[in-house]
Amino acid sequence: MCDQTFVAATFGPCENCSTPSPLINIYIKSEPINYCSLCVEMMACQGLQKGESLVSLKRESESLKKKLEEERKKLCDVELNQVAEKIEVLGALSIKTRRVLKGHGNKVLCMDWCKDKRRLVSSSQDGKLIVWDAFTLNKEHGVSLPCTWIMTCAYAPSGCAVACGGLDNKCSVIPLSMDRNENLAAKKKSVAMHTNYVSGCTFTNSDMQLLTSSGDGTCALWDVESGQLLQSFHGHTADVLSLDLAPSETGNTFVSGGCDMKANVWDMRSGQNIQSFESHESDINCVKYYPSGDAFASASDDATCRFYDLRADREVAVYQKDSIVFGASTVDFSLSGRLLFAGYNDYTINVWDVLKGTRASILFGHENRVSRVRVSPDGTALCSASWDNTLRWATDFVTENK
Amino acid sequence: MSSSSNIVAMKKIVQQLRLEAGVNRVKVSQAAADLQQFCLQHAQHDPLLTGMSSSNNPFRPQKVCSFL
Repeated sequence: MCDQTFVAATFGPCENCSTPSPLINIYIKSEPINYCSLCVEMMACQGLQKGESLVSLKRESESLKKKLEEERKKLCDVELNQVAEKIEVLGALSIKTRRVLKGHGNKVLCMDWCKDKRRLVSSSQDGKLIVWDAFTLNKEHGVSLPCTWIMTCAYAPSGCAVACGGLDNKCSVIPLSMDRNENLAAKKKSVAMHTNYVSGCTFTNSDMQLLTSSGDGTCALWDVESGQLLQSFHGHTADVLSLDLAPSETGNTFVSGGCDMKANVWDMRSGQNIQSFESHESDINCVKYYPSGDAFASASDDATCRFYDLRADREVAVYQKDSIVFGASTVDFSLSGRLLFAGYNDYTINVWDVLKGTRASILFGHENRVSRVRVSPDGTALCSASWDNTLRWATDFVTENK
Repeated sequence: MSSSSNIVAMKKIVQQLRLEAGVNRVKVSQAAADLQQFCLQHAQHDPLLTGMSSSNNPFRPQKVCSFL
């Protein structure tokens, strides 16, 4: 169809390409469309379904968004803290720091516990990765990597390897060897390749697969042995800062959060974004599943932590206080899910009562931002990593003589 | 052309929203009750919540051994 001469009743910005030109005023399914002649031709050639156009799609998306909001509101018959009013208030917690792990030369950015409940790995801005025995404070392995800002590290389920990544846009796996003289950095194997920094990584249920999140806005699942990309997850519109795998009983899903203020839940097999939550007012720095797998919490630069229930498909609690004005960078649940530990940029860790929505305790001690908090696999200790170059672990115990 | 990529992007958004609108949802009262039940069921086994006695705590301050 060649560009035919037409009588133009109006002149103005085209509704599609915005260039000022004579507009063809037509009606598609009684809906006025005012496009320039080029866009009308493009539309005709694009194989759109009958009556579909940018305007109709926009309208459909608006109405779907409204419908979603209404559906979610309908189910909000009661607040979580109202349901929790009947349960006992928490007793005083005596969670205290028992050990301080010193050894990093710069900010500690990330840490992860080993499944053996006593080892942990930490990574730092100075390019070093250290594997510690938390009981004895012994440094079992130290690896110096060429890249600074190792933003994320993870322990493999078997305990035989660690993964790390950061500004080098890669996530690498390093097998841990018993031989202390071996140069571990030489055995480093690059698995994930992103086009921007790697912000988070975790092994799936085995040492064979690695899940990563990146500043390039995507998450990806990799085969460790071959380095092959198994699945990629697109949907975030800005840097993805954190991810967490669902506890194994509940299947193959994971949640991610990012600078687009959204938290998305993904199906690992299909790559599909199953659910999306947008209620934070700033970047989401960390996401963590509730131990049952039916909910997750998020920490954000807007100084709040929020709790989302997956079956109700909505936010069910907000953990905030007027006195807390600094961003929260990390969260983790205690074993029963009753306590939420959140590390903030004001150097403290606030302990929230998940059900009642109140603050149960504050932990002081770090001399700079808390970058990561993690509860040990058996729930006995809480480890925190900080920009003050140290890690601390704390336990709650009742003394023998009361 | 920007117009075709706009339409493709919008189609994706609409498809995603249709998917999300179709999700089966549970009432908050039900979901909250289940969350609460999980917490209470596991509260006994949560060492950070209930505190551990020094004897079972592997992280307790080590006593110094002395040879008799």
